[in-house]
Amino acid sequence: MTWEPVIGLECHVQLATATKAFSTASAAFGAAPNTHDDPYTLALPGTLPVLSRAAIEFAIKLGLATGCAIRPLSRFARKHYFYPDLPKGFQISQYDEPLCEHGRVDFVLDGPDGKEVRSVRLTRIHVEEDAGKNVHVPGAPVSLVDYNRAGVPLCEVVSEPDVKSPAEAGAYLRAIRQLVRYLGISDGNMEEGSLRCDANVSVRRAGEPLGTRTELKNINSFKNVEEAIEFEIARQIELLERGERVVQETRLWNPDKKQSAPMRSKEHAHDYRYFPEPDLPPLRVDDAWREAIRASLPELPIAKRTRFIQALGLSPYDADVLTAEKKTADFFEEVIARGAPAKAAANWITGEVMMRSNRGDQGAIGAAELAEIIALIGDGTISGKIAKDVFDKAWKSGRRPREIVEAEGLTQVTDSAAIEAACRDAVEKNPKQAEQYRAGQAKMLGYFVGQVMKATQGKANPAMVNDVLRKLLDNK
Amino acid sequence: MAITEDEVRETAQLARLELSDEELHRMTRELDAILGYMQQLADVNVDGVEPTTHAVPLDLPLRADELGPHLEIIQVFRDAPDWRLDGFFRVPKIIETDE
Amino acid sequence: MTLTDLTASELAEGIRRKKFSALEVAQDFLERIDRLDRKLGCFYKRRDPLAIAAEAATVDEKIARGENAGLLGGVPVGLKDLFVTEGLETTAGSKILEGWVPVYQGTAVTKLREAGAIVLGKLSMDEFAMGSSNESSAYGPVRNPWDLARVPGGSSGGSAAAVAAGLAAATLGTDTGGSIRQPAALTGTVGLKPTYGRVSRWGVVAFASSLDQVGPFGRTALDCALVLEAIAGHDPRDATSLKAAVPRYAEACKRPIDGLRIGVPREYFAKVDATVGKPVMDAIDEMVKLGAKKIDVELPHTGYAIAAYYIIATAEASSNLARYDGVRYGLRVPSENLQSMYARTRAAGFGAEVKRRIMLGTYALRSGYYDAYYLRAQKVRTLIRRDFEQAFKLCDVLAGPTSPTVAFKLGEKADDPLAMYLSDIFTIPCNLAGLPGISIPCGFHDRLPIGLQLLAPPLGEETLLRAASAYERATDWTRRRPEEPA
Repeated sequence: MTWEPVIGLECHVQLATATKAFSTASAAFGAAPNTHDDPYTLALPGTLPVLSRAAIEFAIKLGLATGCAIRPLSRFARKHYFYPDLPKGFQISQYDEPLCEHGRVDFVLDGPDGKEVRSVRLTRIHVEEDAGKNVHVPGAPVSLVDYNRAGVPLCEVVSEPDVKSPAEAGAYLRAIRQLVRYLGISDGNMEEGSLRCDANVSVRRAGEPLGTRTELKNINSFKNVEEAIEFEIARQIELLERGERVVQETRLWNPDKKQSAPMRSKEHAHDYRYFPEPDLPPLRVDDAWREAIRASLPELPIAKRTRFIQALGLSPYDADVLTAEKKTADFFEEVIARGAPAKAAANWITGEVMMRSNRGDQGAIGAAELAEIIALIGDGTISGKIAKDVFDKAWKSGRRPREIVEAEGLTQVTDSAAIEAACRDAVEKNPKQAEQYRAGQAKMLGYFVGQVMKATQGKANPAMVNDVLRKLLDNK
Repeated sequence: MAITEDEVRETAQLARLELSDEELHRMTRELDAILGYMQQLADVNVDGVEPTTHAVPLDLPLRADELGPHLEIIQVFRDAPDWRLDGFFRVPKIIETDE
Repeated sequence: MTLTDLTASELAEGIRRKKFSALEVAQDFLERIDRLDRKLGCFYKRRDPLAIAAEAATVDEKIARGENAGLLGGVPVGLKDLFVTEGLETTAGSKILEGWVPVYQGTAVTKLREAGAIVLGKLSMDEFAMGSSNESSAYGPVRNPWDLARVPGGSSGGSAAAVAAGLAAATLGTDTGGSIRQPAALTGTVGLKPTYGRVSRWGVVAFASSLDQVGPFGRTALDCALVLEAIAGHDPRDATSLKAAVPRYAEACKRPIDGLRIGVPREYFAKVDATVGKPVMDAIDEMVKLGAKKIDVELPHTGYAIAAYYIIATAEASSNLARYDGVRYGLRVPSENLQSMYARTRAAGFGAEVKRRIMLGTYALRSGYYDAYYLRAQKVRTLIRRDFEQAFKLCDVLAGPTSPTVAFKLGEKADDPLAMYLSDIFTIPCNLAGLPGISIPCGFHDRLPIGLQLLAPPLGEETLLRAASAYERATDWTRRRPEEPA
């Protein structure tokens, strides 16, 4: 009686090129309305499209990174419908001969035996232009239109219906976001709309043919993806178990009400009347160009993660955190390139660095500086505790750690005589606590360590302090 | 009949053209005659023939990712039928769901 | 010497040599327009005389300083109202663009002006370039200067009639299925449609993207050569524009036609009336006397060209006209809901012929019909292209009548759209194949002009101009003028 969800995802990735796909107007996000319009954007009579090389290169990068075949000859097509945010009354897209086909997205998911790598096949990736934005005015019988976004280049990424659960959908989408950010082709930001997602959802009983699917739209966050799909699966199951049928329709997700509703049925089903775009000759991608782009690809997230685990011995958790953003991974690699051990570098970055970064603390630390701190701990110059202080000062001032240590005399005290003296002093001055320790309260050792650290401004080598204290306290 | 009145009505809807009843009748007659004439294309043997999308063979030229000029607000809205000073075109309301 | 009787090249030469000034020339043309255009209806919108005077004065100043004022310095020209002119109303002959003043300029217009030509105004045309008689302009028909009760042809009817009547020395039109060549034939002027992609389409209101081409009207082939030289060339703003270099077309006009192989397609003479057929054949024989050779050829798929064309052109047109929705510019019929606004705006803004073609084109692209209509038509188009390729293995140019009839009466074909379409039989095929074509006057029937059409392989404009000029030198058709309308 178990129902099997069958989910396919259609993502639109807004490409971070400077100009729009088919005209030289700015593609940047966030400008005042209708300030990024040019004659083509407004579909003025007599205007024509001219394709940007950058948009194609970004798309090919994504295609190669997902193992797609890149078509040597691909074509553009017109997709027709009437809507105020679609200035020409058609969108230039690709239909029969898309740029990229038959790829795969790998992503990491928590499985029954820990993290596993899953795969979703891609049907195609193609290039098209975005529409403008309709702004609804509550309470007024009008809508407002802003064409800044009209013409911004998009990659449409269509998956096969291989996604099996809301959690997988979320993980797939996060993997897409991570990938496009790694490739430097998009911000992958769902809140700003540079990554959008529609889901096709159906359910069936195991072994049976595919059920009727519905299309879910208005999913505008990672959380929404999982919630919306989960709601839809439950809705369909409930219908089918009642003996009713699932209607093939498009439904809009309402994040406030946490439910979906059918889109107002268009008077007629969409007939996009696709035909090849006459204003654009076919696009040729020769081997040389394709391979040059392939050569420029960075190491991809999953490969990097695997290398961090297998070659560098990091834990899967650390590898995940370090490879989440390419910036972080690059920083990590710069630190270890300067001789820092991988585990130590990982700890510092996943700990101190990211904590401050996420908090938005004023300041920064360079790879050289962090490597230096790690080296100073490694060769015993400073203790781990002092190092945190040095880090803090380096973060805020930008001064070199070695210089901070010297200027403030933070070098660790490792002289046995000095440590011995400080320990004896602490024990003599605190007979009551010594009594308690000897009576069996092992935790009191920490109290003495604290006293010694206070007396030595934290510079005493903790391991040596521990040893000496134990000897003193145990012996008497 | 090459085309029926229903098909004409559907096509007019797709093309966003409001036709009066009289226009609908006339259009049906005219399109029927024209499409009837078009049927002769079915007589041509096109097996193995590639369609011509571009009359003269061309390669698609690609452009550098360099910014060009934008239209000033005064130009954007110069002939706009309805617009707002804060920079939007205005249209009658679009309705999305049955809520 | 009446300045308005001179050809564009004679005017440019005369201004260059200071025989007369650009201001004088402009003055004479404006006066003639004032006197005659009310009866003809060629101009939709005339430019402010002050602007014209300023430009003419600039040309005269340059000449006085010994500077180059351009290939067409001081030559008064008119532009079909399909050309986007910055600051000057552009309507494409339609109510839906009434009052639209563009904020950018098209390339061909810019180039023409850079060559020194002086734009007098925008010329009447069939709405959105859809028509063969200039009767479907939203702003009234144009009358043929040779007989005011007859059409000048279309869709560039105003452009053709203006040259014929001496209201402009040269004009620009566009040709999608014959809209330059056919009106040239019906008005006794020379009209040239270049190879597809030879002239930029940036700033030309689109009708059928894979077929539209910009071209000149002139009194002579040389005039067309000069204008073509000024406007041709690669434009990075048009992805379908050719990179080929622009030759000195005017030079080609001087060369002889010895050994020129003229292909005569059987299909182009099979059903043509002798009133048209005989003068055209005589013209070909005249060229044989000048050293050319006549060869029989076949273009077997000619009969299917009209059907293929009207599916492809209307499909592309239905798409190109989807932007006229009342949202950003142009006419809007106010409505409470969006869909009504669209439907009523477009119903009010488009004329009957445009609506008919939008309907036809939309239908042909509908899923379920796409294969049977659009796709099939594009395949037949390939066969038509191949016919030409085969023929051009045997000859250098193809010759035949431009139009099966002389100018017909206004209203004569208004009730039968199909009959109107069928009159494009000789001009349509070369648009499908992207080939260049020219129409030159070659005789009269009952004082109505007849046109000889020559077609050449891609980028064969020089051959066309050479053949046309040679024929012109041996005859005097291009010196005939219609009587001034009473």
